[in-house]
Amino acid sequence: MNAITRQLTGLRDWVDDRFPLMALWNDHMARYYAPKNFNFWYYFGVFSLVAFVIQILTGIWLVMNYKPDADLAFASVEYIMRDVSWGWLIRYMHSTGASAFFIVVYLHMLRGMMYGSYKQPRELIWILGMLLYLCLMAEAFMGYLLPWGQMSYWGAQVIISLFGAIPVIGGTLTEWIRGDYVVSDITLNRFFSLHVVALPFAIAGLVLLHIIALHEVGSNNPDGVEIKKKKDANGVPLDGIPFHPYYSVKDFAGIIVFLMLFSAVMFFAPEMGGYFLEYNNFVPANPMQTPLHIAPVWYFTPYYSILRANTVNFFWIDAKLWGVIFMGLGVMAFFFLPWLDRSPVKSIRYRGPLYKTALWIFVVAFLILGYLGVKPVSEGRTLVAQICTVIYFLFFLLMPIYTKLDKTKPVPDRVTM
Amino acid sequence: MSDDAVDTRRRRFLTGATTVIGGIGAAFAAVPFVSSFQPSARAKAIGAPVEVDISKLEPGQRIIQKWRGKPVWVVRRTPEMIEDLKKLDAAVLRDPESEQPQQPEYAKNAWRSEKPEYLVLVGICTHLGCSPTFMPELNAPGVKQPWKGGFFCPCHGSQFDLAGRVYTGVPAPLNMEVPPYRFATDTKIVVGEDEGTT
Repeated sequence: MNAITRQLTGLRDWVDDRFPLMALWNDHMARYYAPKNFNFWYYFGVFSLVAFVIQILTGIWLVMNYKPDADLAFASVEYIMRDVSWGWLIRYMHSTGASAFFIVVYLHMLRGMMYGSYKQPRELIWILGMLLYLCLMAEAFMGYLLPWGQMSYWGAQVIISLFGAIPVIGGTLTEWIRGDYVVSDITLNRFFSLHVVALPFAIAGLVLLHIIALHEVGSNNPDGVEIKKKKDANGVPLDGIPFHPYYSVKDFAGIIVFLMLFSAVMFFAPEMGGYFLEYNNFVPANPMQTPLHIAPVWYFTPYYSILRANTVNFFWIDAKLWGVIFMGLGVMAFFFLPWLDRSPVKSIRYRGPLYKTALWIFVVAFLILGYLGVKPVSEGRTLVAQICTVIYFLFFLLMPIYTKLDKTKPVPDRVTM
Repeated sequence: MSDDAVDTRRRRFLTGATTVIGGIGAAFAAVPFVSSFQPSARAKAIGAPVEVDISKLEPGQRIIQKWRGKPVWVVRRTPEMIEDLKKLDAAVLRDPESEQPQQPEYAKNAWRSEKPEYLVLVGICTHLGCSPTFMPELNAPGVKQPWKGGFFCPCHGSQFDLAGRVYTGVPAPLNMEVPPYRFATDTKIVVGEDEGTT
């Protein structure tokens, strides 16, 4: 036993002389001091990482049997589902994984907004996270075309047409994106390339940057207290505990629960009543016939509702272009949170009633928009979507005012448990 | 100047010149990558004109022909349908006079076609590219009145009359597109080219 340990230690030292193995381990695990008061909301970062790993792993296996060809794509997915050993499981892991990824990312973002995690000095972490979110949306959108079902086809048709609303260059731009006058085999092939090569690389790189930036400034916590301000004689934050073993073990427990819920959905409701995999997508793509009701997958529906809520032309810009502009702004608005928020405190625990009210109204408006996005349009629903769109943007536009006016409570020196 | 002194001006100039030349090189190197996204020669060839045989098209019927991967509709309108088009006016239509450039010059008229009897349209909604449903009947359920028959888009509820003119208060901003076309014979339409393009 001793001999083996000695051998392993020797190997480690041999590597460490040639590669900063222990330095990396210490910087990011054993001597990365995270606040000791993390709560439930702090699981969603690591869950996002788990979801990413699931998508990469299952994606590699799916590519082994999938054919990115308009004539073969739909049948190859059915082949994976019916004939490939365990193919159905790998495919359902990937499709459930996509929705799970968005669920945990949305909750991860909400955590950031509740505890002011985007505020100075963590602005760059937030921006990198938002870039990740954009890449994730592009990744999901392109991935959804690959099964080549009716929803794949017409969803892509609708989203690519959005770029056509841009004046002057719109028509050329949509042709450039599709590589054809219509969504076709050419489009499918390039989306496949971007989905399995380009964007996964981009996402992996951004994840690395996101974590490096986080470990440089240190994690925020539910109290929004900077733990680096109070250190002991050795320079270790008094309220910090080593990430390993404390949080690595805790996160593993969380991951087990996450995987249990994930498995429950994957085994018992992989289509989630048509929300994770839409029913129309079990019909092969037909460019000659639009399905009666087109809705994007649930994670895009809040923005889709904002798009549809624009029905009035003003100034010299028509409603269609306004819809596209507001949809774009709706996503981009999050980038500016670090500078829109003028509150002297980070955490919602010490903020006043104004911010608390604003945040929860925003969350409700976001959820209503998401719900309306999966429903067909009607006059009443359009009106509700318009009201929620106004609320959505007022949350951002008025933020500098209400966060400044808000009555904050004194923030303690040390974290509370 | 001694030989070992650093000439910072010269160094800055060389750094700048290298950056500029390298940048230009990188920009040119990007050309093939960006250009390869454009429609290929094959995609352009498939976009060539197509012929539609209308000899068996009865009044009130529609046929669909694929052109550039999009559905092109040819509708043979009845005299009543043509008459009804005049009853819809600026109060319900966004662009009744076809002011927007959504049609060739010979289709810029009340019935938006070369011959009043035959309507030729690209069957794609001008909102977000869905294909509207043909609803020639006067008592179609769920449509905005006044309705004289036309096309209803199931995606976001846009509606068009039997000349492809868009109603007001729907998401679609423009009348439906009339492709370039010509009558090769009385019963044959060529879609994708007209006297102007050949």
